[in-house]
Parts: sequence; structure tokens; C-alpha cells
Amino acid sequence: MRVLRDFWKNKAFLLMVLPGALWLILFFYVPVTGNIVAFKNFKYSDGGFFKSLMDSPWVGFDNFKFLFTSNNAYLITRNTVLYNFAFIVLGTIFAVFIAIVLSEIRSRKMKKIYQTSMLFPYFLSWVIISYFVYAFLSPDKGLLNSIIGAFGGENVNWYNEPKYWPFILIFLGIWKGVGYNSIIYFASILGINSTYYEAAMVDGASKWQQIKNVTIPQLVPLISILSILAVGNIFRADFGLFYQIPRNSGALYEVTSVLDTYIYNGLTSTGDIGMTAAAGLYQSVVGCILVVGVNLFMRKFDEESALF
Amino acid sequence: MKGGEKQMSKKKISQVRVQSFGKKSDIIFNILVALLAFSCIFPFIFVIIISFTSEQSLLVHGYALFPKEWSLKGYTYLADLKGQILQSLFITVFVTVIGTLINVTFTSTYAYAIARPNFKYRRFFTIFALITMLFSPGMVPSYIVMTTLLHLKDTVWALILPMALSPFNIIVMRTFFKRTVPESIIESARIDGASEFRTFTKIVLPLAVPGIATISLFAALGYWNDWFNALLYIQSDNLVPLQFLLMKIQSNIDYMTQNASLSANLSGGMASIPKEATRMAMVVISTLPIACSYPFFQRYFVSGLTIGGVKE
Repeated sequence: MRVLRDFWKNKAFLLMVLPGALWLILFFYVPVTGNIVAFKNFKYSDGGFFKSLMDSPWVGFDNFKFLFTSNNAYLITRNTVLYNFAFIVLGTIFAVFIAIVLSEIRSRKMKKIYQTSMLFPYFLSWVIISYFVYAFLSPDKGLLNSIIGAFGGENVNWYNEPKYWPFILIFLGIWKGVGYNSIIYFASILGINSTYYEAAMVDGASKWQQIKNVTIPQLVPLISILSILAVGNIFRADFGLFYQIPRNSGALYEVTSVLDTYIYNGLTSTGDIGMTAAAGLYQSVVGCILVVGVNLFMRKFDEESALF
Repeated sequence: MKGGEKQMSKKKISQVRVQSFGKKSDIIFNILVALLAFSCIFPFIFVIIISFTSEQSLLVHGYALFPKEWSLKGYTYLADLKGQILQSLFITVFVTVIGTLINVTFTSTYAYAIARPNFKYRRFFTIFALITMLFSPGMVPSYIVMTTLLHLKDTVWALILPMALSPFNIIVMRTFFKRTVPESIIESARIDGASEFRTFTKIVLPLAVPGIATISLFAALGYWNDWFNALLYIQSDNLVPLQFLLMKIQSNIDYMTQNASLSANLSGGMASIPKEATRMAMVVISTLPIACSYPFFQRYFVSGLTIGGVKE
């Protein structure tokens, strides 16, 4: 009875959360429980979702065994982690560098123009960027091969040469996000108390020394927070970058396969639903452990910036 | 070393007046950042140039920064193709508008409810949304649920519903409501006899416009740029959004160049694939709305960064 009365008293708020809560159930909680297909030999049956799930036989950890005995598991994990690691380290260095240089530029108007231009790639989809990249890398028409040709070099068949792709992918990943990330650091630099700089000037510090001894130390907490949070997501690759930009070129799989592309290909072409779901669950579980671990670490280190 | 000292003593004098680098350094910094900034917009300029290049010129010289022969053919051909492109444009606009409306409604009502201290179950529903940020359901189970339980495959809802709520934005908006809408205003509205819904729509929402603008812009951008849901769920041509159309055209071409022998048989199909300049014209057209509008909305995107980072 009391429960009902409480419900009635909160009816307006309950109605407000209702659409969102329904969405969370249908698009999060039901799929999460659907992860049991990773432990099944999944077959579609005509009876719909629940019947398919029930009718598929249990296979225990067989799907995981298949996944981890293939070479793929190592390759995709390595690629995912290493690419993300490169994005964290290089992306942070570039973003901080740009933010500092930007903050030292005198003209306000130019600052604004630079920031706006650098933000542009952030707003584009990887499909669009793949066309941009193609304009440069197309083997017969691309700008890069024209330039190489003009200097008497041989045409490079970019989409068949794995050795260039780690650089291309890392470059593009940073290129797309650096404008956005540098804004965070830029805002933080603007927030540094000017008395630090005044004190440094009184002590005779040059501008370089001020950057080294005031600006960068003041940014360190933010840099570590953002990097540590990024480590929590190191198991999640940007699907668009690895799927659209290399144009699904088979010759490049070794350097372009990441967890997300592997799962997508498994779902749409190889058709082994169980093993693909196992790969997905592996990604989610390790990702979850990382996020929780990182947050526990953050709580010890800096309570304010932990997510929960 | 010696040079450094000399520069330092010179600096000291200039620093008394202005707290910044000398003129020379300023020019160097400007050039450096200008180059970086230019590299961010250059590819788009290049694609615009290609879209205005004549097909003949493209065949002979490839993509060039200074084409031998300019042409509007790319765009006129686009106008001839109008059927599929107009349909895709319509789908993209429809999905963006409806999706953003749904997303913002779902997100802001949910966020407001869990921001109110007098909502008894606010803790439960906060955690209910927060858990989604720890774990991802995965592509395979989501796909199975979408197709076999919700039966949304090949419907326009498959493009809208998967992105109809963003748990992260719920947390952003909850913080925003707590900070910008004073409890006393809500309290006085209640004393005046306004219902919770009335208070929300008439008093809270007008105060929360900057926050709403931020999340709706992120939602709109997400919908406009989405190709992933189309890739997974869309088969009918009349439901293909622009981004996915571009993607399909490219993969058709890749397929044909990889299987050159096949393309002879497929020459009928080849005719329906737009030419180079036309493809680039399509890229320009799907990018232009963003390129023209984001500088005006930039501050909302940036403020999303700062309100998001704060927990309560």
C-alpha cells in the first residue's frame, strides 16, 4: 500500500524517466543479458529473440577457446591497445603543445580563427574523411603520388602497403581530435592564476621558463586525469577510423584489424555469431575492469576527478 | 648560452610592459599554428576543387590543386541524379530532426527527474543510467535484439532509436540543472500550485537553454554523421542516408576495381555510379551544412566540455 502511495506521489517524475528508462532496458539491459550467446552455439529460430536464445545449445567456454587459440585474438588486441596508446601519448603532447602556443599568440582574432579551423575535422564523419584521404592516396589520381611522380619517384599503391598504415591511422586519429582536445587545455591555461606568472616575472623568469615552470606544472593534473580516463577506454577502438579509412583492404588487415572491426566482420560475413559475441564480451569485460580500476585509482589520487 | 642571456635581459625590459613573447616569436607561433590550422581545412578545400574539375582533366592529370580545366559538370550531373540523392538527403534531414527531438526530450526529462531532490527514486534511476557507462552491451547482442526482438531491421527507426538517448548527456544535463536552476524558483512555483510538468516546461527549460542547445547540437551532429546504424540495419534504397550512400558508392567502386574482369559484365551497373567530380560534389554537399554552421555553434560545443566534466 505504501509503495503504491509513494509511486503515486512521484508519478510526475516517474513519467519523466519512463521513456529513458524504457530505452535503457531495450537498448542496454536486454542486449547486455543477450551476451549469453557468447556461451552458446547460437542459431536463429523462427520463434524470435527469446526462443532463439533458449533453443541454442550451451557450449560453455568453447567460443572463447576458439577465439584465443586463433592468432586473431592476439593481433586485434595488440593493434587496439597500441593504437589507443599512441593516440593517448601523442594526442596529449600535440594538444598541450597547441594549447600553449595558442595561448601565447597575441591577436585574439587570429586565435579564434585558428581554433575554429582546427575544430573542423572533429565535426566530420569518417566516411567524409575517407574521401579526403582518398584524394591524397588514390594510387592513380592521388595528390601524393603526383608529388612523388613530379620528383621522379615510383607510384605507391597505398591501399596495398601495410607498412605505411600505422602512421596514416595514427596521424588521422590525432588530426581529427586535436582541435577539440587542445580546447580543454587552452581553457585550463586561461584559468591559471596570473599571480603565478607575476611572481615568476619578479624572480626574473623568461617566458620560456614561465612555460616550463608555471604553465606545464599547472596542466599536469588535467593531463593525468584525461590520460588515465583514456586508459579506461583503451580496449575500445574507433570503428570508423579503422573501417572506413583503409577501405576494408584485405592487404592491410594485419595493421588495421582492431577488436571492433573484427567483431563487425564476424557479425556480417564469417557468420560465427558465438565466437564473435565472445570477442565482444571479452572487449566489454576487460574494458569494464579497466574503467572501474582506473576510477578506483583516481579516487585515491584525486577524489574530485573520479567518475564515481 | 651567451645569446640566451642576452635575449633574457632584453626580455626583462619588454616584460615590464607586456606579459608575452617578443614580436619575432609571435610571428613564428602564428606561422606554426596557421600551418596546423590550414592542414585541418585543406583537405576540404582540395575536395571542393576536385568537385569543380572537368572529368577529362581528372582522367589525364588526376586530382590536381590547380586543374587544367574547370567544370560545373559534377554539380549538374548531381542534379540529374536527383532521385536517390534527394531521397537520401531527405532521410538524413528527417532522421536528424526527429532523432534530435526525441533524444533531447528523453535526455532532459530523465536528467531533470534525477536532479530533483524530492524524487524518491532518484538514486535508483541515476545508477540505472550510470551503469551503462561502465559496460557496453556489444555489437552482436545489440544486433540480435534489434533484429529479432524489436524487428527494426530496414526501418527508419533503426536509424533513430539506437541513438535516442545518451547516458553521458543525462549526467551532463543533471549537473546542469542542479547548477543553473535555483531550488528556490522551483519551490516558489510549487507553492503557486504549478504541477511538476508545468514547472519543468515553463520555468526550468527556459533557464536551461544553453545546456539544451549543447546536447541537441551533439545529438544533431551524431545523427547527421551516422552511417554505422545504416550499415548494420538498412537494405532498402529509399532508407539510405547520405553518409551511407557515399559509403556504398565507394565500396561499389572498390569492388569493381578489384574485380576488373567483372566490371565488363557490370557495365550496366557502372553507368549508375556517379563520376569522380560528382562523388566529390556529394561529399561537399554533405559537409557544407556542418562547415557553415559549426562556427556559430562552436561555443555550445565547447561549453559541453566544461559542464560535462563535473560530478556532484
